[in-house]
Amino acid sequence: MLEAGFFYLFAAMSIIGGMGVVLARNTMHSVMFLIFCFFNTAGLFFLLDAEFLGIILILIYVGAVMVLFMFVIMMLEVNQAKLKEGFLQYLPVGGMIALILLIEFIGASSSGVFNTETIAAVGHFGKEVNNTVEIGKILYTQYLLGFEIAAIILLVALVGAIVLTLRTRKDAKYQNISKQVNVRKEDRLRKVRM
Amino acid sequence: MIGLSDYLIVAACLFSLGVIGLFLNRKNVITILMCIELILLAVNINFVAFSHYLQDISGQIFVFFVLTVAAAEVAVGLAILVAFYRTRRSIDVEDINSLQG
Repeated sequence: MLEAGFFYLFAAMSIIGGMGVVLARNTMHSVMFLIFCFFNTAGLFFLLDAEFLGIILILIYVGAVMVLFMFVIMMLEVNQAKLKEGFLQYLPVGGMIALILLIEFIGASSSGVFNTETIAAVGHFGKEVNNTVEIGKILYTQYLLGFEIAAIILLVALVGAIVLTLRTRKDAKYQNISKQVNVRKEDRLRKVRM
Repeated sequence: MIGLSDYLIVAACLFSLGVIGLFLNRKNVITILMCIELILLAVNINFVAFSHYLQDISGQIFVFFVLTVAAAEVAVGLAILVAFYRTRRSIDVEDINSLQG
């Protein structure tokens, strides 16, 4: 009973957060609503026995990705009113596509295929099952290749983001290390006879 | 008793909100990126829900990979946005037309 209550709370709050992302006038408010949505989705993950992913969602998404969004919004000087022009221009077509998608998804998920007895009887794991340990056991054995590829993707994104935003300023002063190391005594020192 | 279909419906609502956001906020690249995040979040809810109800932890591993790709996408996307803003002083989608697309 308590679980059902928390499910409806988290589900309603995350959908409200999603609506806020779409409808908020100010981009910064959209970011705040998305953070709210992520927190409530992390709650849903906790209800589904996925503690590790819930914590990851809060730490990585809220702590890193959304803060990156905030930094970019603060760095760019954007005219908010201009970006909202023609907000409702695409409402009919977009709303229709989204509504059709929603009806299809809800129809498919409530058609009864996913509510067979074996699925409905699933309970929660006991206290002795550690979600992080279970993920680690399978991630570093069966999905090791995927793990390595994920690491390479992150490395490429890291290097790519730095390369894209790096700019060398002309007025900045840099050391020329090889020149500095190769300098000899004769270049700098001058003997003066008094 | 909360079943699998309840979680699927929540994910469907979030997915549709993300899609409608892509159409409504066509001018603002940052909001478009956030709507893509919302769509990926809906997919993650589906993965975790199926992983729990089928008692198979592989679904959670895939959520891990989706999170990785989404983080990389956001990092590169925002870097492109900052680089574009430096040259054009604008992030309006309609100004992004140097390639005549």
